[in-house]
Amino acid sequence: MTTIVYVPRDSSALSLGAHQVAKNVQAEAAKRGLDIKVVRNGSRGMFWLETMVEVVTPKGRVAYGPVMPKDVSSLFDADFINAGAHPLNLGLTDEIEWLKKQERLTFARVGITDPVSVEDYVAHDGYQGLKNALKLSAADIVKEVTDSGLRGRGGAAFPTGIKWNTVLNAPADQKYIVCNADEGDSGTYSDRMIMEGDPLVLVEGMTIAGLAVGANQGYIYLRSEYPDALVTLNEAIANAYKAGYLGANICGSGKQFDLEVRRAAGAYVCGEETSLLESLEGKRGIVRFKPPLPAIEGLFGKPTVVNNVISLATVPIVLDKGGKYYQDFGMGRSRGTLPIQLAGNVKQCGLVEKAFGVTLRELLYDFGGGSASGKPIRAVQVGGPLGSYLPESQFDTPLDYEKFTEIWAVLGHGGIVAFDETVDMAKMARYAFEFCAIESCGKCTPCRIGSTRGVEVMDKIIEGKDHAKNMELVRDLSDTMLNGSLCALGGMTPYPVLSAINHFPEDFGLKKGQVA
Amino acid sequence: MLEENFARIDAHIASHRSMPGALMPLLHAIQDDLGYVPESSYPSIAKALNLSVAEVHGVVTFYHHFRTHAPGRHILQICRAESCQAMGSEALEAHVKKTLGVDYHETTKDGAITLEAVYCLGNCACSPSIMIDEQVCGRVDTIRINEIIAEAKGA
Repeated sequence: MTTIVYVPRDSSALSLGAHQVAKNVQAEAAKRGLDIKVVRNGSRGMFWLETMVEVVTPKGRVAYGPVMPKDVSSLFDADFINAGAHPLNLGLTDEIEWLKKQERLTFARVGITDPVSVEDYVAHDGYQGLKNALKLSAADIVKEVTDSGLRGRGGAAFPTGIKWNTVLNAPADQKYIVCNADEGDSGTYSDRMIMEGDPLVLVEGMTIAGLAVGANQGYIYLRSEYPDALVTLNEAIANAYKAGYLGANICGSGKQFDLEVRRAAGAYVCGEETSLLESLEGKRGIVRFKPPLPAIEGLFGKPTVVNNVISLATVPIVLDKGGKYYQDFGMGRSRGTLPIQLAGNVKQCGLVEKAFGVTLRELLYDFGGGSASGKPIRAVQVGGPLGSYLPESQFDTPLDYEKFTEIWAVLGHGGIVAFDETVDMAKMARYAFEFCAIESCGKCTPCRIGSTRGVEVMDKIIEGKDHAKNMELVRDLSDTMLNGSLCALGGMTPYPVLSAINHFPEDFGLKKGQVA
Repeated sequence: MLEENFARIDAHIASHRSMPGALMPLLHAIQDDLGYVPESSYPSIAKALNLSVAEVHGVVTFYHHFRTHAPGRHILQICRAESCQAMGSEALEAHVKKTLGVDYHETTKDGAITLEAVYCLGNCACSPSIMIDEQVCGRVDTIRINEIIAEAKGA
């Protein structure tokens, strides 16, 4: 009987040697005359255990990790294909606490299935949402998404159903669905994990979006830093076409939806939706004025839905189980679940999908196990390079869009980057300006000039030159950028800067607790 | 530039020109093939896509990914973003610059490695990260980076 062995193809696993592990598993099995089949799955998201190899046994999948290429022969010696004892044996995957404590809705299949197999996808409840959607009117699909309470997971948290409704009601001969897969925020990788681990859920979500608003063409705008995701997505899309889930006649319904991946080219600002659209049109990624909204005049001037990967990948479960089911998770106005990404100086980094309401402390310590360095965690940045830095006193804040707004922070795309006590927050504030200067599109003055002036002012503060004057200046400059920038790049760069000053004044040559 | 390259660029233009928003996919195709987008290709691209040469130049130079000159045999990108900084990427950057004797956007004298900065590779759970050509490497320390550099210089 053929034994199935899973070795991830997720690029984080690959970054730790997963390809070599897979090769060694195959070679060792051939040498020993064992009948195995290696399936390249996504990652379960426990990156301290990657490369995590799983073997299918009558009792369920048994995990081994972290497996280095050199460990493979010893796994065979220990008869791992029959769940043999080995120091790396982690027991049944489903029984691992870290996974058991999660509520995986969007990530239900990631790490479990073969990402590019339509058959495997369908066998694990895939395309149930599309089947339901094909029976509904466009307005009813939109209603289901609105009822789910799903808000844009890219960071802006705008209600997805309301955006779709605008596009549905915009009369046009052509409409588009654009997936924003330009996941440029440091500390975030959930989009990548979906695209590498369960790309068909994104394909399905976009197809449903197409049916909901009357669009027959979709584009996935994928950052160029993700070459592995490009391969996986293209394989999955080709297979969906072959199986009749994309193309001129989806599932025999007579409805059309075509989908294509377009590569970005390393501009962070193209994660901003209007700049993304410019880029898709073959132009420089310069931010557009709004209005008109992309929902009215988007790609090539046509009504366009622009949604993040996670928002679109969550649509299938909403259509499968109903808006009410999804809406029952979460707190306040933050409904459903959020795929949270633990990054930076954390012992157990990985993907935690939980209902809104979980606190930073639970994430950092219960899931993350504290810092990787063993030193106290001093600051965390939530929501990417434009997110605020939070001190330990704010670690009990529940993950909820409104609760974060109350403390002048953002949840963004759910990335959490931890720093230990060796961090110099003045340097991080300087870096925030530097990053903005490198990535500014140049259209508006506060961002284009302000970012460079910000680097200069921070340099002076760090040197201690005209300290009081420059502290005042950095606040004044931040105020201009906050209120005068065209998009979030310039408009939110002050979040990391000012939060660093407010919470860690001692790093800026001020006394602890002093307000500059 | 070689005659042969012009022929290859023309072939890419022919296969992309009818796509909606053709410029980005076309530039990618050219760079994937030749390693860079030669400035001498701008006039034919502009003509095929009904753009001005200035517009083509504007797009090529706007995006960090595109380059107008041939890089070294390998491209080494070091992540400078926050998560990697939290795990010591600054020391790694300094080590690499010293070892290679180049700064960012420069190529080693032997033509083996072009060094670039990158802002997030989506490998933040395994910081610090680097990318050598299209391969991401995680939890990179000085020992590992020395191996990567030696391998790249040898090949």
